[in-house]
Amino acid sequence: MNVHEYQAKDLMRKFGIKVLRGKVAKSISEAVDGAKSLGGNIWVVKAQIHAGGRGKAGGVKLAKSLDEVKLHAEAILGKTLVTHQTGPEGKKVQTLLIEEGCKIEHEYYVGIVLDRNKGKLSFIASAEGGVEIEKVAAETPDKIIKVTIDPASGYSPYIGRKLAFAMGMKGDVVKDAMTFFEGLYKLYVACDCTAAEINPLVVTATGEVLALDAKLNFDDNALFRHPDIEALRDMSEESKEELEAHEANLSYISLDGNIGCLVNGAGLAMGTMDIIKLHGGSPANFLDVGGGATKETVEKAFAIILRDPKVKAILVNIFGGIMKCDIIAEGIVGAARSLGIKVPLVVRLEGTNVALGKKLLSESNLQIIAADDLSDAAKKVVEATKGRR
Amino acid sequence: MAILVGRDTKLITIGYTGKQGTFHSLQSRDYGTQFFGGVTPGKGGTTHEGYPVFNTTHEAVNKTGANAAMIFVPPQAAADAILECVDSNIALVVCITEGIPILDMVKVRKAMMGSKSRLIGPNCPGIITPGECKIGIMPGHIHMPGKVGVISRSGTLTYEAVYQLTQREIGQSTCVGIGGDPVNGTNFIDVLELFQKDPDTEAVIMIGEIGGQAEVDAARWIQKNMTKPVVSFIAGASAPKGKRMGHAGAIISGGDDTAEAKFKILEQCGVTISRSPAELGAKMESVLNRR
Repeated sequence: MNVHEYQAKDLMRKFGIKVLRGKVAKSISEAVDGAKSLGGNIWVVKAQIHAGGRGKAGGVKLAKSLDEVKLHAEAILGKTLVTHQTGPEGKKVQTLLIEEGCKIEHEYYVGIVLDRNKGKLSFIASAEGGVEIEKVAAETPDKIIKVTIDPASGYSPYIGRKLAFAMGMKGDVVKDAMTFFEGLYKLYVACDCTAAEINPLVVTATGEVLALDAKLNFDDNALFRHPDIEALRDMSEESKEELEAHEANLSYISLDGNIGCLVNGAGLAMGTMDIIKLHGGSPANFLDVGGGATKETVEKAFAIILRDPKVKAILVNIFGGIMKCDIIAEGIVGAARSLGIKVPLVVRLEGTNVALGKKLLSESNLQIIAADDLSDAAKKVVEATKGRR
Repeated sequence: MAILVGRDTKLITIGYTGKQGTFHSLQSRDYGTQFFGGVTPGKGGTTHEGYPVFNTTHEAVNKTGANAAMIFVPPQAAADAILECVDSNIALVVCITEGIPILDMVKVRKAMMGSKSRLIGPNCPGIITPGECKIGIMPGHIHMPGKVGVISRSGTLTYEAVYQLTQREIGQSTCVGIGGDPVNGTNFIDVLELFQKDPDTEAVIMIGEIGGQAEVDAARWIQKNMTKPVVSFIAGASAPKGKRMGHAGAIISGGDDTAEAKFKILEQCGVTISRSPAELGAKMESVLNRR
């Protein structure tokens, strides 16, 4: 789960991490009032969307007067920002963060990620902040500092010292940075984050160490123990179809192609997309119905797939294990009756209760293109989309 | 016995009396696995489907002599169940549960180090030595005893590969589902090493996914240490970057964890790659015929 920058910063304050003072605004007047109450003579107007690259897309602006705050708020609020992370459709800005300005002495990068191979958390840091860390890692890997943390002993001050000195910090800044790193690690563990990225972490002209930007991701599987974080979820930032699928215990991701896919198991669902591509087609979605699907879940899955106007044919690929083929067949028949499936439907069933599933389908008199195996299914569904574009 | 499980395996189920736990325990028993009952806290002393129920894993192990456990408890309590198995010195712990918090698994992985237990999973279909022992949720009837080892991060994709082998009358020694989570108990290299040493295994199918470095490390290990042929498929060549494809671990985050990058390094390391999941059986057949 993602949260907005202002929500991430509120959480960080609770863990003793320094951030700039800011006000959240949902309207132009709130933006101006926010700037007034912050005081000073320089502010930053920041678009709050769940995507990076806001600055380049015109979503972050410096204001040197209240008039400029108003001007920038007018320009950004309601605008659809397209960044490298939003996709071509972009994201509409509905919330602004107005922050006080500060004089930056140096920009750094610090983040915490899971090292999957070691099964441990690692700090990733660099003296080069404010730029894409992936770029730094690819072009100048020696500028990336990595410190792995043992989960049994957790954070210890040496970790902070190691990071700060390697980043080239000196004097009192080292001490403040250590407090910052410790806070970030504690937040990460206490809130079940899956990624924390502070880019940039800055040292100001007055020697303060603070987070200028902040990105936190949380483990969906751990939200049961964090109702306070779950409450931060911004529904308008998430795909309606993906949320709806999630509530029905389906795993669904919308893609660009025109072949709807309904598969059981995440690996087989990916494999099905891959084989469609290999045969010259293009998948419209990833959809895993899971092992515990019922007739109703399968119908729901069809409803979500069919709502996508790009879909010109559907491929059902089921290898029954816990999932029984007859349940899938019942769902297909039910969906055909209630929704009316007007695109070609290719069905490949194998595994548990396959004979029963095939019998149900043939008795239904539905127009179904039966496939013998995975290759056959892919060929037939790609064929079915030809001439239907 | 091929690897890890066989006729001597004695199984108990943690979360035995639940719907899934009951169903798959009995399915495993019907396949031929020696089954001794299981654990459901609070129901100790009763019997369920003719087998004893215990309050704690320690008690179950002491009274039954079990050397393997299959975990079916909900994700919130699954890490705790694994830790209890480790504390009970069970040799093999197979965790089927999907959706365990990552930081719980970070703790579990630390606790496993230096312990007497091996963990398979979580978020996996389990492990089967065809004709001898099945621990997990895979459909037993598609398997056939034989000489090909199978390792996979995905459940249904493993069934697909096994089915293709069986259709060609190529049997399997052991099939291990290592699971789709980013932090798991047993990795590709652990299982490859066991297959390399196993006289009952002649060749291996390895099924990977996008996300992480496990396949890349496995490829390098194979090049250095493996004399038996390996055929491999990586799922997710058509997956977009940054999207979690169903499995918690299946997400492209850098440049090296794409399917393309993994296919490339596997090929460089002498692995026979199959770009289509439908050709794993055929590729294995031709590899075996060449020998």
